[in-house]
Amino acid sequence: MSDKKITKAPAEKPLKAGKKEKHKTVQYDRWGYFFIAPFFLIYVIFSLIPLVTTFFYGFFEYYRQGLNWIGPKFVGFQNYAAIFNADDNIAKYFLNTIIMWAIGFIPQILVSLMLAVWFTNTELKLKAQQFFKTVIYMPNLIMASAFAMLFFTLFSPNGPIELLIQRAGLRAAGDPIRFFTHAGWTRVLVGVMNFMMWYGNTTILLMAGIMGIDNSLFEAARIDGASPMQTFFKVTIPLLMPIFVYVMITSLIGGIQMFDVPQILTKGSGAPNRTTMTIIMKLNNYLTISRNYGRAGSMSVLIFAVTGVLSGLVYKMTMAQYKNK
Amino acid sequence: MDEIKYASQSKTLIVRRFFCYLVLTLLAIISLFPFYILIINSTHSHMEIQTGFNALPGKSVGINFLQLVRTQEWRGPNGEVIKAFGKNYPIVRGLINSLFVSTLCALVTTYFSAMTSYGLYMYNFKLKKAAFRFILAVMMVPTQVSTLGFYQLLRKMNLMNNYLALIVPAIAAPAVFFYMYQAMEATLPYSIVEASRVDGCNEFRTFNVVVLPMMKPAIAVQAIFSFVSSWNNYFIPSLILEKDHWTVPLVVAAARSADYMSFNMAIIYILLTVAIIPLLIAYMFLSKSIIAGVTAGGVKE
Repeated sequence: MSDKKITKAPAEKPLKAGKKEKHKTVQYDRWGYFFIAPFFLIYVIFSLIPLVTTFFYGFFEYYRQGLNWIGPKFVGFQNYAAIFNADDNIAKYFLNTIIMWAIGFIPQILVSLMLAVWFTNTELKLKAQQFFKTVIYMPNLIMASAFAMLFFTLFSPNGPIELLIQRAGLRAAGDPIRFFTHAGWTRVLVGVMNFMMWYGNTTILLMAGIMGIDNSLFEAARIDGASPMQTFFKVTIPLLMPIFVYVMITSLIGGIQMFDVPQILTKGSGAPNRTTMTIIMKLNNYLTISRNYGRAGSMSVLIFAVTGVLSGLVYKMTMAQYKNK
Repeated sequence: MDEIKYASQSKTLIVRRFFCYLVLTLLAIISLFPFYILIINSTHSHMEIQTGFNALPGKSVGINFLQLVRTQEWRGPNGEVIKAFGKNYPIVRGLINSLFVSTLCALVTTYFSAMTSYGLYMYNFKLKKAAFRFILAVMMVPTQVSTLGFYQLLRKMNLMNNYLALIVPAIAAPAVFFYMYQAMEATLPYSIVEASRVDGCNEFRTFNVVVLPMMKPAIAVQAIFSFVSSWNNYFIPSLILEKDHWTVPLVVAAARSADYMSFNMAIIYILLTVAIIPLLIAYMFLSKSIIAGVTAGGVKE
């Protein structure tokens, strides 16, 4: 999409219509409110008001004990102190989330970058590109919960992976690794699933970025005798930086919301010993199991704050293309 | 001299190309392997799966499928009782429910997003800029942070265990709006709308009859994406839907909660196959436009 088109079209209209029949334009423009009304009405009712009430609950003692509900009673910042002080400290779940995100994201960005460079390289001219793109993007569409269930089944103590390992002689028969009893393995498996689900998507995004780079720059580098490596580090990477940052931040925002995969994989327990419990899993726990709405509220505020800062960066990058408006 | 250099260059190119294909093939295998095992194992019986890994399909797919979908146990040819899992894991019902919810979500989200973006693209009103900025600012806010309030709201509105709670909020989808807005900038000329006005169409008629058909490609892409994300959605449905309203991810989650060690593995595999395969088949047909859609969404500069 070219910048020119974006900036030209909206400016054209007031000039053309405005001078001829001014009052009529004004009449038309009021219609805009009718067109955007459903969006704002629904957004306010189902997102904005719930957001405010969620934050509100964060300042109240409000939870279920047995069959009784305690509260709501205003307690100030006590819930915040509680989620940081309790033996299940929120920082731990945040760290779990970031670790599992990084395990998936680091290989993801490296592999995607490599594939994007290959796919767009005019020298290599790889064939069957559509096939490979289709295949590597596919896991992204798979239901995350079913994908996690599939991994759980494949890696279970008597599942096919353990059987293959034993048959290959890497472990004695009847002595499975028991992947889900090790924090490291479980986290790696979550990372692998996230990697598989997202590297195709990232590849396509980066490809779009590379194709946006003026091809003559690559030609010039080649004529000047730059090796593929030099071209990559001196031309591709610097020019790709904005989209690179964009991919990273949006991935991090997605990573903070990680839920389906570890939830299904560990039946919501974050086993072993809550090392794979993500921040949203904990929130879900407060909402559905311990029913501590006060803590759920204060936790939501914190998640909102973290993602808010990151979203601010995305917003800035997105608005940059509408600057001239 | 030049020839030698050229020859060696093309030789390294061949080596590089070979390496690329090798890595790509490897990645393709990694991406496909879990689904291969899934499909193969869903054709074997529980006993066969337990005793070893099979590379070739078995013969039990029919009985597995029957066990999965039937709700009452029945007797086999030799008089043995065959268990049925349809009652505990209502996957057929789940597929119908998922199809219903996802289709409506896709329709609602694309229609109203197109409407919103048309309103902000075509008209110049006072709050236009503020509205546009607001939508972009909330685009990345995770739904989970307002879940508690959403949940309480649904209880007050008596919308618990009701599909409306999933469908109506789909009207306000900031990311879909943004995509539509960009598509309008690229494809919708003002002159067409003006021509329609001259012909005496009112504004809503213009939108429905003239603008929507022109936006078909963008609507198709977003309809696919919102269908998929609603089909796969687990977090919100798990909070609000009861068993009689379960969608596919909830049926899958129920299978995870079962006592795993004593479970019939063949049923797990056939269940996952039934949950995953419909979307994969659809993907085979739509992959081109899906990948084009991701590309268009990614172009920022």
